[in-house]
Amino acid sequence: MFKKLALRSGRAVYKIAAIILFLVLWEIAARFHLLVSATFLPPFSKVITVLYHMALSGELWRHASISLQRSLIGFTCGMLFAVPLGLAIGWFQKLGNFLSPLLQVFRNMPTLALLPVFVMFFGIGELSKVMVIFWGVLWAVLLNTIAGVQDVDPQLIKAARSMGTSSLRLFATVVLPASLPFIFTGMRISATTSILILIAAEMVGASRGLGYALYFYQGNMKIPEMYGYIIVMAILGVVLNYVLEALERRNFRWRDAGGIASE
Amino acid sequence: MSQAVSAVSATSGIELRDLGQSYILRDAGKKSEFVALAHFNLQIKAGEFVAIVGPSGCGKSTLLDIVSGLAKPKQGEILIDGRTVSGPDLDRGFIMQGYALFPWRTVRKNVEYGLEVKGVPKRERPEICRHFIHMVGLSGFENRYPNQLSGGMRQRVAIARALAFDPKILLMDEPFAAVDAQTRETLQDELMQIWAKTGKTVLFVTHSIDEAVLLADRVVVMGTRPGRVYQTLAIDLPRPRTAAGMRVSAEFGWITRKVWELLQEGQGYMTPETTPKTSVSDVAEQISAQVSL
Repeated sequence: MFKKLALRSGRAVYKIAAIILFLVLWEIAARFHLLVSATFLPPFSKVITVLYHMALSGELWRHASISLQRSLIGFTCGMLFAVPLGLAIGWFQKLGNFLSPLLQVFRNMPTLALLPVFVMFFGIGELSKVMVIFWGVLWAVLLNTIAGVQDVDPQLIKAARSMGTSSLRLFATVVLPASLPFIFTGMRISATTSILILIAAEMVGASRGLGYALYFYQGNMKIPEMYGYIIVMAILGVVLNYVLEALERRNFRWRDAGGIASE
Repeated sequence: MSQAVSAVSATSGIELRDLGQSYILRDAGKKSEFVALAHFNLQIKAGEFVAIVGPSGCGKSTLLDIVSGLAKPKQGEILIDGRTVSGPDLDRGFIMQGYALFPWRTVRKNVEYGLEVKGVPKRERPEICRHFIHMVGLSGFENRYPNQLSGGMRQRVAIARALAFDPKILLMDEPFAAVDAQTRETLQDELMQIWAKTGKTVLFVTHSIDEAVLLADRVVVMGTRPGRVYQTLAIDLPRPRTAAGMRVSAEFGWITRKVWELLQEGQGYMTPETTPKTSVSDVAEQISAQVSL
């Protein structure tokens, strides 16, 4: 029992050993001014202390909550738009052929380059931020959904059709479930993208939010606070990805080989 | 080539009337017509087990696609119980070489699929599924996903899925081609038992002569270019048969040899320059005289 616990914690330490090593090096480099002056690289311990105080004062949550809200709204709207559109494009070949050149052009436009355009169209309020996230998250999901539909094993369609399955049922019972893993992968990529875009959008024109806070502290030379927000963003991204990956594993167990039963 | 079996009543079984299928091929801008099937006539009695053998590319699978209703023939028609087939339906169960199981459905849910399409009430489905899963020897594996099963087990699920919605006809497209030899023999024996139990009409496509002779009441040898019935042979080997039993049967050996000869002939039919037709058919005649098929 104790041995097992020790083994498990040993494994956990190994998993995050590289991170710990990095933080230790950061601390040493900052304390002994090895890389840059202490002004630009405060020790990790100091950053954590500052972060702790910001969390206690409620300031961190004030910025984080608005960021999460924007992210979530933009992301949800993006999914609601991209998944049905992707299913339709993947399913109706003519529609796909018609739209795909336009989609390729849109997809290859850097989202952040469009930021000024969104500000002009939707003002500097919440709407432009939500819209830019909406735009940014569209593509990964859209393209993955299209690929998912087009990748459905024709044998499965044949099997279902041979039983006289209607097109609607075929779509609901074969095409959709077969595409779901693709759609989910697209969503996972998009979720990470949404945070990335959000931060950049908030740095341009906002009075609240993680991106704004980062930009604000950098402008005021409050470097430990700035690093604090960078760490928060990194943690946010890692947690999000971890949660989505766990969900993916749970929902698509049928995809991994598992134990093959023998005759 | 005339058929070896006299006409059966058109009110039962399957009747393939003058089926023809062709595709337009585009090769380097030039269009050409590829005739996959031409004047294909065959009558299958209700409850009969008919195997179709032919070399790859002879149009066997095209034929099954047409009978299943998935493809429309360019010419001719299919009658099932005297009625013209207009599309796929639950009166035929299609079993494919690649299993084609829905990977996101467990064994039970796969078997249930046809019942859902058929509109069988939810409360009746589990009992039906249990029955057919038991029949193919997969009791205890109901909640497995296909990727947790071996190839042979997957094909059993596919068979159970096709049996569950109670079609009158089973269409099988090289169903055992992808499994290892030992598993194949087991599956063949089981299929014969299931057939004896359920009395389905079976149209079984294979490129294995042994398999065709082992399983079928009648073997249809297809000729190539275009795909057509070259000859049909009634197999009157006594039943019940087993794969192991047939291997030591001299008669089985003779019949498979005969089918092999016919296959050679059927292939050489349109290209006499590539096959020494006379000598082969001489041998075939000698053998058929000996076996008195």
